[in-house]
Amino acid sequence: MKELLSSEMANSMTREQMHRYNRHIILDGFGREGQERLLQSRVLLVGVGGLGSPAALYLAAAGVGTLGIVDGDNVGLTNLQRQVLHTTPDIGRPKVDSAAEYIPRLNPDVKVEKHAFFLSEDNAMQLVEGYDFIIDGSDNFSTKYLVNDACVMLGKACSIGGISRYSGQLMTHVPSSACYRCLFPEPPAMNDVETCARVGVLGSIAGMLGTMQATECIKYLAKVGTLLTDTLLTFDALTMEWNRLHFPQNEDCPLCGKKPTITELKEYAFQPCSKKKE
Amino acid sequence: MQINVNNKPLTTNATSLAQLAAELALPEKGVAVAIGNKMVPRSLWDETALSEDMHITIIKAACGG
Ligand SMILES: [Zn+2]
Repeated sequence: MKELLSSEMANSMTREQMHRYNRHIILDGFGREGQERLLQSRVLLVGVGGLGSPAALYLAAAGVGTLGIVDGDNVGLTNLQRQVLHTTPDIGRPKVDSAAEYIPRLNPDVKVEKHAFFLSEDNAMQLVEGYDFIIDGSDNFSTKYLVNDACVMLGKACSIGGISRYSGQLMTHVPSSACYRCLFPEPPAMNDVETCARVGVLGSIAGMLGTMQATECIKYLAKVGTLLTDTLLTFDALTMEWNRLHFPQNEDCPLCGKKPTITELKEYAFQPCSKKKE
Repeated sequence: MQINVNNKPLTTNATSLAQLAAELALPEKGVAVAIGNKMVPRSLWDETALSEDMHITIIKAACGG
């Protein structure tokens, strides 16, 4: 009993934190409890590019206790049209560095863990294991499938997002809900892949989709609302139409179906979107 | 018959989802198809019949980030 009491006290917020997070705390259904859950949570951002930048900013502002950032890329001039965590003087610097510099200024409550490399079949399980929620903001299928597969194998929750041209899509996975492979069992053939570097992307939709990924993550951690599980949410900026498409777990899914053929983490032999892009 | 694909009218000779996919030359991977707001797994495309005015959404997996 005494132990319980002291651990509760260790988790409780300071006066300043009560003030900083007041607009969360007064929210119906969120409260002090939801905020304390955020402060104790660990989120892994896979990529701090178009999707990961806005997600990182809102997760940091929201007071997620630890933000792990895995990205092996450096800031490039063409990134700045949408990757709002990085600034012009950051060009040439590792993205994890500009992220780790900005986030504590936004919110010193947040601990940043830098992983200055790309997610791979060799490091994904170990990395994903250490976090409560994973946000895929990567710009290639190889990484998206690695995130999905590792999360399913480890029973982790994640949000997978993708943007292209004027549109975007996202889905949330929690243990026992449909996975990305239930919808897209395998990545497209290389010739069918449209990278942002090839076909372009409207910068502001990265913000829209990335903040929605952050919203799903915050809801999951604070235990409020319902999630985009078994659902792909799509968005078209040209018509401003959102579409919710439902897909239950697919019994033919090569990863989580009845007869899974994927039992260990494996990167694609080919890299449909090159990892070193732009 | 006349159907609706991604909010555009389309006249097709296809009678099943599989035939429509062939007609539109949809790639084998990285594409999902929904009727109304429900995705139809590829294994059911053969047996899924099309009907007049059906609303079909074709989604390509997007890799940008
Ligand atoms: Zn699955």
